[in-house]
Amino acid sequence: MPINILMPALSPTMTEGTLAKWHKKEGDAVEAGDVIAEIETDKATMEVEAVEEGVLGRIVVPEGTADVAVNSVIALLLEEGEDTSALDGADTSGGRAPALAAEPAKPEPAAAAPAPTPTPQPKPAGERLFASPLARRIAGQQGLDLAAIAGSGPRGRVVKRDVEAALAAGTGKAVPAAKTAAGPATAPAAAPAPAVGDPVFANMPEFEAVPNSSMRKIIATRLTASARDIPHFNLQADVEIDRLLAARKDLNGRDGADYKISVNDFVIKAVAVALRRCPDVNAAYTDDAILRFKRADVSVAVAVEGGLITPIIKDAGSLGLAAISEKAKELAAKARDGKLAPEEFQGGTFTISNLGMFGVKSFNSIINPPQGGILSVGAGEQRPVVKNGALAVATVMSLTLAVDHRCIDGATAAQFMKELKAILEDPIQLLL
Amino acid sequence: MADTSFDILIIGGGPGGYVAAIRAAQLGFKTCVVEKRHLGGICLNWGCIPTKALLRSAEIYHYMQHADAYGLSAKDVAFDIEKVIGRSRAVSKQLNGGVGHLLKKNKVTVIDGTGKLKGGGKISVTDKDGKALPDLTAKHIIIATGARPRALPGLEADGKLVWTYFEALKPDIFPKKLLVIGSGAIGIEFASFYHTLGADVTVVEVMTQIMPVEDAEISAVARKQMEKSGLKIMTEAKVTKLAKGANSVTCTVETKDGKTQEITVDRVISAVGVQGNVEGIGLENTKVKTDRGCIVIDGYGRTDEPGVYAIGDVAGPPMLAHKAEHEGVICVEKIKGLPGVHPIDKNHIPGCTYCHPQVASVGLTEAKAKEQGYQVKVGRFPFLGNGKAIALGEPDGLVKTVFDAKTGQLLGAHMVGAEVTELIQGFVIAMGLETTEEDLMHTVFPHPTLSEMMHESVLDAYGRVIHF
Repeated sequence: MPINILMPALSPTMTEGTLAKWHKKEGDAVEAGDVIAEIETDKATMEVEAVEEGVLGRIVVPEGTADVAVNSVIALLLEEGEDTSALDGADTSGGRAPALAAEPAKPEPAAAAPAPTPTPQPKPAGERLFASPLARRIAGQQGLDLAAIAGSGPRGRVVKRDVEAALAAGTGKAVPAAKTAAGPATAPAAAPAPAVGDPVFANMPEFEAVPNSSMRKIIATRLTASARDIPHFNLQADVEIDRLLAARKDLNGRDGADYKISVNDFVIKAVAVALRRCPDVNAAYTDDAILRFKRADVSVAVAVEGGLITPIIKDAGSLGLAAISEKAKELAAKARDGKLAPEEFQGGTFTISNLGMFGVKSFNSIINPPQGGILSVGAGEQRPVVKNGALAVATVMSLTLAVDHRCIDGATAAQFMKELKAILEDPIQLLL
Repeated sequence: MADTSFDILIIGGGPGGYVAAIRAAQLGFKTCVVEKRHLGGICLNWGCIPTKALLRSAEIYHYMQHADAYGLSAKDVAFDIEKVIGRSRAVSKQLNGGVGHLLKKNKVTVIDGTGKLKGGGKISVTDKDGKALPDLTAKHIIIATGARPRALPGLEADGKLVWTYFEALKPDIFPKKLLVIGSGAIGIEFASFYHTLGADVTVVEVMTQIMPVEDAEISAVARKQMEKSGLKIMTEAKVTKLAKGANSVTCTVETKDGKTQEITVDRVISAVGVQGNVEGIGLENTKVKTDRGCIVIDGYGRTDEPGVYAIGDVAGPPMLAHKAEHEGVICVEKIKGLPGVHPIDKNHIPGCTYCHPQVASVGLTEAKAKEQGYQVKVGRFPFLGNGKAIALGEPDGLVKTVFDAKTGQLLGAHMVGAEVTELIQGFVIAMGLETTEEDLMHTVFPHPTLSEMMHESVLDAYGRVIHF
């Protein structure tokens, strides 16, 4: 029997991680103590050492696979004298142990003719998949990939209990959930990035190689894909915010005000309301259809140690400014502490990135896929403006909108900017 | 010297025990059944089967009485209770012999006697005269001792004036007036039988509806039809006293409002449920646990004593022969270590009651589904809308389906009306295979059949009913 190499837990709380790299290929001889793979979570990276010697018979989880459950089988090690035929029918379902444990554990009295009960295993790609209609429907509703779910029904048919077990165990996901998202244009390299040992670095000054965290890798992958695959275009508008600032001062200065509304809180509210007025911009492109979301959930880019994350103010258009302010502060704090729950940063419909506090006048952002647009907010500053033919001073803020041209066209985007500008210049209309 | 050592020994040769034995023999186990009375158990000898024989006689009698409705005439329609009973006993006897033959064919050793666990894989056996037979040993012992009628204090059956199903199946007289305590499957079937043959029958049920485990709507349809035919039904009522005369019983019945009334009848049938046979089988010599009169098992019949298993009625509700059979098969296959053995899903066990009208169901009632938090879609189709039902002269009845609105899972199916006991398994298969409403809608049901109502009920749940 081949030896199962299991996904290790790097910490007591770790439930899944990324299989970052394989140091051995199938067929390589492995000595005890050899580093065979690297495992990564958003917190740390660890090398996996072989405990036993043998030949790496099969890599079950390919390099770069995210969300691999702890204790699932990542590879099979052939013992001395075993050839690859021993891999046939090998049990690679260790990760499903919690689901199987649901059966009451009873001591099994010695069976008269014991036969091993083969544990179900997921289907290799391309094979016909047997699943009950109900299992198919639930998997479809939950976004699970039936091929990744081991069937326990007759002849390995996937049945409801298997899908429910996969749901409970968090396995069988069709698309690994996005861990983080886009933000300002710290433009990642479009071409494949050079390796650390690449000669291109030879004549450059001495450096410290900071290993890429999971978050860094996700930022790199997603933003590379976004910059490469999404036809971005930008629209810029200057917004006079003197009335907004006055309203803000008035609100914050009230007796007993237990809130402190920021300019960005106004922007969040205004964006959500403008999205409501221009639902075509609150959209995502798919090859089959443009998805027009029925609610504006605004993602707000927050810089965190080692990267950024975009917590979501859900349905911001129906929240008051104080509620938005409070929610934004709470989410930013959680983001910096790494305590955001997945639903708090996955699933927004539009992103705002604000670098105004750094004195940046204006900038372009890369779209946070699958969203259709992202707004870059610059600093509010006093600028000379012409009013009624005369020079005057106004507090002006530059906004830059980047949209996905596949689902949002120029005039549509311009209409959104017009609405947004109107709201921000005349914030009292938010009362309407 | 006969063999005394077995791989699998089963105490009790009812439907659970003998089916487990045949399956065990098929899997190559050296198997033995110890049966103290009749192969086939209560089901075959004193339950399911002989009652069906009686009810068939009643059904034909009913049709003969209503021959005119079909353009026929039948004069001087009458019955001979002795012969009706005789036929019922003959049916049991024939099938009892059949079970013996099947066990022999499968080389299962049958020992006539009462088995008792001695611990450590040993069983003592005494024959019907109380004489000890040689001890037996087995690697695996399956307890399949079944159940017996439950007795309520003060209302105990005496076998003369107050019957259990034993006496009701083999009555000394045909009672002109009869009172049945309990309206579960057993009570309502006997009520139906005696009522159809002309007895004045009153059913007293303590719960709010007859056949309390059934869907309330189905139960109400059945009740309406029974009462229309003259059967008297009292729900939320209980018998508090039985005063026995020489050849009659005066029953005191207390109704919900606290009022009491006295009903004098020739005989009373006590059908207030059954209880597991856990006594006298040596459980005290093992670690086997019991709870509320039944042996505690896991999903594969395993008890707390390694090597000792329990199946069927003695292992808890639902106390149905088909559940016992299936548990027996699962238990034996798990012992063998066969792949793909799963515990029985109790939501997929159908129930059939052969009263007039028949009632059949599987899965959750509408109320239970809601109680479990499902948002439900409910479909209904009346017999009145079905061509075959009209042609049969059976326009009364209902087919009801309950779906999970979210996933389209068929949660339950409930039927009342002619022949529904033969229809229900279509829905049982559908549930077992995890079909959704879509698959059922795409299924072609043959015309003209009563089964078309199953299709229509599903369509109705989704607002697509055609014939109503």
